[in-house]
Amino acid sequence: MAEKRAGIEVENLVREFRKGPRAVDGIDISVEPGEIYGFLGPNGAGKSTTVLVLTTLLPPTSGTARVAGYDVVKDGPKVRAAIGAALQEAALDPFLTGREHLNLQAALHGLGRKQRKRRGEELLERVGLEEAADRRVRGYSGGMKRRLDLALALVHEPRILFLDEPTTGLDPQSRSALWSEVSRLARDEGVTVFLTTQYLEEADVLADRVGIIDRGKIVAEGTPEKLKAEIGRPSVEATPAEGSGREAVARVLSRFGEEIAAQPGAVAVRLMGGAGDLADVVRALDSEDVRVTNLRLDEPSLDDVFLEKTGRSLEGEGAQEVKEAQV
Amino acid sequence: MSSSLLVQVTSLARRSTLRTMRQPAVVVSAILFPMMFFAINAYGLDAAASLPGFPADSYLDFAFAFPLIQAALFGAITAGADLARDIESGFFDRLSLTPMRPSALLLGMLAGVVALGLLQGVVFLAVGLLFGVDIKSGVAGMVVIVLLTVLVALGFGGIGAMLALRTGSVEAVESAFPLFFVSIFMSSINLPRDLIEADWFRWVATANPISYLVEGIRSLVITGWDAQALLLGFGFAFGIVALSIAGASAFLQTRVAR
Repeated sequence: MAEKRAGIEVENLVREFRKGPRAVDGIDISVEPGEIYGFLGPNGAGKSTTVLVLTTLLPPTSGTARVAGYDVVKDGPKVRAAIGAALQEAALDPFLTGREHLNLQAALHGLGRKQRKRRGEELLERVGLEEAADRRVRGYSGGMKRRLDLALALVHEPRILFLDEPTTGLDPQSRSALWSEVSRLARDEGVTVFLTTQYLEEADVLADRVGIIDRGKIVAEGTPEKLKAEIGRPSVEATPAEGSGREAVARVLSRFGEEIAAQPGAVAVRLMGGAGDLADVVRALDSEDVRVTNLRLDEPSLDDVFLEKTGRSLEGEGAQEVKEAQV
Repeated sequence: MSSSLLVQVTSLARRSTLRTMRQPAVVVSAILFPMMFFAINAYGLDAAASLPGFPADSYLDFAFAFPLIQAALFGAITAGADLARDIESGFFDRLSLTPMRPSALLLGMLAGVVALGLLQGVVFLAVGLLFGVDIKSGVAGMVVIVLLTVLVALGFGGIGAMLALRTGSVEAVESAFPLFFVSIFMSSINLPRDLIEADWFRWVATANPISYLVEGIRSLVITGWDAQALLLGFGFAFGIVALSIAGASAFLQTRVAR
């Protein structure tokens, strides 16, 4: 029997493909109702396969997964009734209009004629597609298709929403609009959101908790703050000005922490005393007349977490939190 | 919330029809090409009508079944390719995530095939009459011709759906087109079976179910009401419909099994 406010419970989930490696290799996930869970990982890490299993589109090889309190294998129809999904590619019919898509989706979900019309209008307005509603989708931009995709996933007011890389290929404005809508859904309507992304910033900004997956295994899980705190102290990076040698900069900075990898020509150290050391670094450089063109304080990012856990940096668009001080 | 099968089928049929009608190139070629082949055949093989034992006064009347059968094939390939495209693009998954019954998807798609078949049948009849095709069975026969054409379109549509659901590949569905096309020519489409000289060709044409579909439609044009030809024509048409839809349903169940 399903609990009214159940989220997502995954235990030792495995998905193997006949001629490939284990795409999902024994993962455990627990997502609370109303939570936004960011599932972060590089291409091919197993994010989309996990979503396909959780949305009942792909059977697991072993393990169990319960979504909205229902088993994805035994209770497929009940799971599907409780969820909405916008999968990796915005799957739309280029020859139908946005309104026709919503009408079809609503009809298949059993909404009456009047309800369909009302819900369609409401969703078109919410995703900002009122003006384009009667245009065929083949003429939509990538951002418009993504917004329609989200609207279609929301037609039947699902309790749990799966978004598989929803902002890939979107311009910053469309991305920001989609983030706002996802946040609003979780905050105002209590929708549980399972969001896969390869964008660090997206996970950092949106997710209450993040799971980092690599090669089918979860390598880290927690709130973005907790994960970053585990990595520890921030770092400072300085780029020597013309006339001030790299060695002089490295000598001064070495008093504040151990040297770490930096951009070509720059010097970076992990600050022993945390962000509070930044003022002392500036004073030390000034007192020794070492001039720099750029001085930057980097807080630990989710990419640092990924690097720490896997020894590799995340592919795609990184989103380090950067506090930059021009000196 | 669950929607009735009728609402689901109607919604999917509407989508299928809209999709086809919004691709003018598809509609025009589905009507134009069969008419062109018909015109070329009727003109090029006109002398065949003077062969001893030829069953019709004019080759134009004899060849009238050709565009109807070929058009049904065009419609089936288009519908099959559309379904395969839905699978490739993920639209099929989107539909699968709704409470839609799998049979509604198939019926909706086939309703689109029927709509196109109906349009083709009516257009070809109008054009045929304009060019002097003499339909011996009269107005009632015309209705039966359209019915049989729609049934053939439905059967071929079922085969297109089978291919799409089995392979999930537009390429695979479209590559079957030449095979279907050849099988039309390996029937009694151009000559009555008893006038085919080569034994092997006559044997193949006799074993080819398309011959009986052709002869059913043709009998209404050149003979009038021929019970045996109609029985065989409708029998084979229903058989193809039943087998192809059963096959497509089985492949559909496999694809959505979860």
